[in-house]
Amino acid sequence: MTHIGIVAELGNESRVAATPVTVKQLLELGYDVVVEKGAGESSSFRDDMYAEAGALIVGADEAWGSEVVLRINPPTEDEIGRLADGATLIGMLSPGLRPELVEALAARPITALALDAVPRISRAQSMDVLSSMANIAGYRAVIEAAHEFGRFFTGQVTAAGKVPPAKVLVAGAGVAGLAAIGAASSLGAVVRATDPRPEVADQVKSIGGTYLKVEVAEEMQSSDGYAKATSEAYNARAAEIYSEQAADVDIIITTALIPGRPAPKLLTAEDVAGMKAGSVIVDMAAGQGGNVEGSVAGERIVTDNGVVILGYTDLPARLPAQASQLYGTNMVNLLKLLTKDKDGQLKIDFDDVVQRSVTVVRDGEKTWPPPPVQVSAVPAATTQVPAAESTAPKKKEGLSPAGKAGLFAAGIAVLFGINAVAPAPLPQHFTVLMLSIVVGFYVIGKVHHALHTPLMSVTNAISGIIVVGALLQVTSDNVVMQVLAAVAVLLASINIFGGFAVTRRMLAMFSAGKARS
Amino acid sequence: MSDTVSGPLTADSIAGAAYVVAALLFILSLAGLSKHEKARAGVIYGITGMVIALAATIWLTLQDAWGTGAGLTGLVLLVAAVLVGGAIGLWRARVVEMTGMPELIALLHSFVGLAAVLVGWNGHLEAPDLSPDLTAIHHAEVFIGVFIGAVTFTGSIVAFLKLSARMKSSPLMLPGKNAINLGALAAFIGLTVWYVNDSQLWLLIVVTLLALGLGWHLVASIGGGDMPVVVSMLNSYSGWAAAAAGFLLNNDLLIITGALVGSSGAYLSYIMCRAMNRSFISVIAGGFGIAAPAAADAEYGEHREITAQATAEMLTNASSVVITPGYGMAVAQAQYPVAELAHQLREKGVNVRFGIHPVAGRLPGHMNVLLAEAKVPYDIVLEMDEINDDLGDTSVVLVIGANDTVNPSAAEDPGSPIAGMPVLRVWEAENVVVFKRSMAAGYAGVQNPLFFRDNSQMLFGDAKARVEDILKAF
Repeated sequence: MTHIGIVAELGNESRVAATPVTVKQLLELGYDVVVEKGAGESSSFRDDMYAEAGALIVGADEAWGSEVVLRINPPTEDEIGRLADGATLIGMLSPGLRPELVEALAARPITALALDAVPRISRAQSMDVLSSMANIAGYRAVIEAAHEFGRFFTGQVTAAGKVPPAKVLVAGAGVAGLAAIGAASSLGAVVRATDPRPEVADQVKSIGGTYLKVEVAEEMQSSDGYAKATSEAYNARAAEIYSEQAADVDIIITTALIPGRPAPKLLTAEDVAGMKAGSVIVDMAAGQGGNVEGSVAGERIVTDNGVVILGYTDLPARLPAQASQLYGTNMVNLLKLLTKDKDGQLKIDFDDVVQRSVTVVRDGEKTWPPPPVQVSAVPAATTQVPAAESTAPKKKEGLSPAGKAGLFAAGIAVLFGINAVAPAPLPQHFTVLMLSIVVGFYVIGKVHHALHTPLMSVTNAISGIIVVGALLQVTSDNVVMQVLAAVAVLLASINIFGGFAVTRRMLAMFSAGKARS
Repeated sequence: MSDTVSGPLTADSIAGAAYVVAALLFILSLAGLSKHEKARAGVIYGITGMVIALAATIWLTLQDAWGTGAGLTGLVLLVAAVLVGGAIGLWRARVVEMTGMPELIALLHSFVGLAAVLVGWNGHLEAPDLSPDLTAIHHAEVFIGVFIGAVTFTGSIVAFLKLSARMKSSPLMLPGKNAINLGALAAFIGLTVWYVNDSQLWLLIVVTLLALGLGWHLVASIGGGDMPVVVSMLNSYSGWAAAAAGFLLNNDLLIITGALVGSSGAYLSYIMCRAMNRSFISVIAGGFGIAAPAAADAEYGEHREITAQATAEMLTNASSVVITPGYGMAVAQAQYPVAELAHQLREKGVNVRFGIHPVAGRLPGHMNVLLAEAKVPYDIVLEMDEINDDLGDTSVVLVIGANDTVNPSAAEDPGSPIAGMPVLRVWEAENVVVFKRSMAAGYAGVQNPLFFRDNSQMLFGDAKARVEDILKAF
């Protein structure tokens, strides 16, 4: 039986790689779970809660010695040494940014999986730990800002006077940005958002923000789901927008990150200097160089003009229980993929693009970087569509107006012709027929769409009126005619009785409002 | 026998008056269906009209033939036929499942068709005493009545067989099938001219067989998913058959009623065709199979699965839920658990509504009847146009047994075979859960990109079982 070890994190990290809830899910996959003593303490998951979930509480060495070790932060040199031969380590390894770590891992006969390297495809969303952490960070950024901000977020009219709502600018509408927009607008603030990808405008709007479009002739098409660097003209216009907004808003939350590159500078020192005293900036990119001039990673700075700049890099860890739960669930989802048979045997299938992408080191062999994965983050269909023209009919075109008029005139002419030459009873019958058809169309056009089935059954019943024809024939002297007429009467009677009865039955079922309860 | 009006207060004039009243009552009956509240009164009008019309006709018939031997046998036959027919009708109406409504309605159409054929045949046997001009018209009327009636008869029988799965629902593809249909029509016109000049019984037999064959072939070559159009088309035909009989018998009530029913069916066909963005001719000429195939198997990406448990959780946390059922719900008989689901969610304060596409199911309004049967209040069951603009603000959409009616490519891909068809824009919702047996394409044979959207997840399996799983998970 394979053991999964949940090891404690180092330093200030308050999260843990598995919670009592996810431990249960790991057990269901057929694994045994051991938890290092006190590993979940700072996320409010006590050892006895793990034990209750079915895990064994062990010392650090035993936890590190498990076949599979789950972690959040990358291991130190020492910790790599504590792994058993053939073990598998899963965590956030940032392999792209830390080649030396990859080398150190590959020096051991182990397997290392980077949970933060899952490709951005729909199927892998349930393991996308970057998204789940960004979501928490975005929320927490608003809470931190609210904590520093000296006023309400929501506008109020109180007996003590009117309070205007706070104005919040969120730069970057990725997962973190959207979470921040959502949280800030729930608190009642007026929220604006910027993003180089115009297609996020709808998402921003849907959670209560206003999208500020940067008007330059340039299309951003991202093929991998992440934002890309932008052009000169665009940057110039965007910088203007940031300057204007900085002077107007109370709170700015910046989330702009470009994978593998330092974070773009969005706010200059002048922009910050232009802000009102008491304003708050949360620079969520501070760890990657910062979006704001003057922000310091992990620090709270107060500028000369009284603007607070928060450069916290541990935002997800400030919501440890929540972050651990989401991280743990992402972890379970990855392990589900790796444990197809739920037999507690971890197998890596390199034909699966998700499994291939996360594997940094396999059995001591470096497998980083994986081949690129092209994903459909954006439906790029809009530009390729003209190629497929005329394979199928477009929106059905009716007749041209002239054609319609011609058909109409022809119909009138035929009707006129028939009635002009037809002998006595026929024109009268046509009159009746035409008027009935017109009445029929108007009456039927008004029938409620939900009652179309009862309409059909009631027309079934009344078309049984053909029984009248048969009745007139049933007393004929001709026996054959009598029999035929009798059969016709029988059939029509089924229609009349059946049609009306089933219509009544159906209509009795339609009931309004809260008839049920 | 009876010409309409021939003097003050004779049997004929009284019958004529009764017919006018009956016709008016029929119109009121249909008008009553414009609102749920008035619908039941509408049926009463219809029944009253029918009773008046029948009473007047029977009285008229007996007046003419009272005391003669034929009159007596006729009366006996009549009573027997009405009793037997009425009993069968009431019995069928009582036991029919609401999922089986399309079959019942198709079957009832076939009866009208057959009755029209029989009345037409009697029109031939009757050998009327008329001027030569009128005799020619009479002959044409017999022929037209028999033709329409016979097409309706076999067409409805095939529709019935297909709907009740006694016959494969895929379209029959005979080579040159349009030529067959048009040829039969041309032959009919030729035979009519011949018969008008020389009214031989064998001509009537030939045209009856021809029409029976045409009706069979016409409907056999239309696929199961186009059945709403076919059933309403046959509804229309059965009306025209009655109207033709009215011409034949000089009876205005038959003409009026036939025209009402005929225009009703035509209107419903029109609605259905518009809802599929297809012309009536293209539906009649065959299924989607012959339409140009989609550009190629484009790469749609991967779909995601969800469990009933997770769906239940998602629904509990939703503020608004829209359920869009399709024929699959009827097949799985899932309407009761679905109604229970809607009920429980409403109890939890979730705003639950149903969105019905006009061609969902196998009969116009079929979904509405199924949901009504399961006691879903009709005021939360909305039409496509009523709900489409709200879908963007909806937390969860449950797609149960629907496919083509929620296909985004109809709106977004001009190259798609269903391009331009109005669809429920479920993909605008925050989350979409699709209940489906497998990843197979829908009736139109078009892949549905909805399944691969980031906000949609698949819940595989039998719709009824899955909905029950969700109920258990609450």
